[in-house]
Amino acid sequence: MTENSDFFDLIRQYAPKVINSVPYARALGFELVDLEPGRAFAKAPYIEETIGDIDTGIIHGGVITALLDNLSGVAVISALKEMKSTATLDLRIDYMRPAEVGRTIHAEAECYHMTRTVAFTRAWAYHETKDRVIASASGSFALNDIRMPRQKSDAEASE
Amino acid sequence: MSEDIFQRQEKLQNYLSRTPFADFLGFRCEIMGDEMTAVLPFDDKLIGNSSIQALHGGATGAFLELTAMAQLFLLSQEPKLAKPINLTIDYLRQAKAEDLYARAVVTKEGRRIANVKAEAWQSERSRPVATLSAHFLLSSSGE
Repeated sequence: MTENSDFFDLIRQYAPKVINSVPYARALGFELVDLEPGRAFAKAPYIEETIGDIDTGIIHGGVITALLDNLSGVAVISALKEMKSTATLDLRIDYMRPAEVGRTIHAEAECYHMTRTVAFTRAWAYHETKDRVIASASGSFALNDIRMPRQKSDAEASE
Repeated sequence: MSEDIFQRQEKLQNYLSRTPFADFLGFRCEIMGDEMTAVLPFDDKLIGNSSIQALHGGATGAFLELTAMAQLFLLSQEPKLAKPINLTIDYLRQAKAEDLYARAVVTKEGRRIANVKAEAWQSERSRPVATLSAHFLLSSSGE
């Protein structure tokens, strides 16, 4: 138990990097707000470069796709019990309503099931609460063991 | 009065040139008649994982979404880019730090809703990086 929470502490330190040091996420101004085991929160500011319709000023859906994809990946990492690499298998986005002009978009993602090889996620983008979502997403992620040469030799030594 | 393909081409290029997000991505398209190939020139800001120099899934996804919207616009008589209802992206391979290309096919254009599929690739057309399947709301539906 303590071992797991230690691991989550490690993830908590590392997770902001998954968003804040990713060039594409940084270019779009994404920011990780909070992290719990299997759950992640972020926000995206309204920036003019992301407008998809110049007549209305509404941001492009692709920005929300990027935010929910990124955050779902973070939720998966936060649910891990040991370090693994993750890769998005697929992501489905449903657009409920357009984002409002000039407002920050908030997002939440959860990893609701995980096997040894696959993780399943749900995510939502909204302005205030999840009751009025802009878009929701469901995704699946492939999990791969990270082979660390040093650890391997330790294991071999203990055999 | 319906517009011919050349009028649609011009309108599409015009529309894209004044769409900030298309400009942000660096999105452009090469159109030959009713066929369109979209290009996402590589840029450092599209990187999702610096250590393995891979494109961000959100960049690939947004690119496919724009490609589908553009192809639909080209073949339809829509006054604006259609609004997405939903979309599914399948990530098949790691997208490398290189240019990305995509083509889309309008599978069905109904009165109110259109279904569009798109595929993105890099150095080899036969090894797609990601595919997209999407539904769009057509503005002629009165909404």
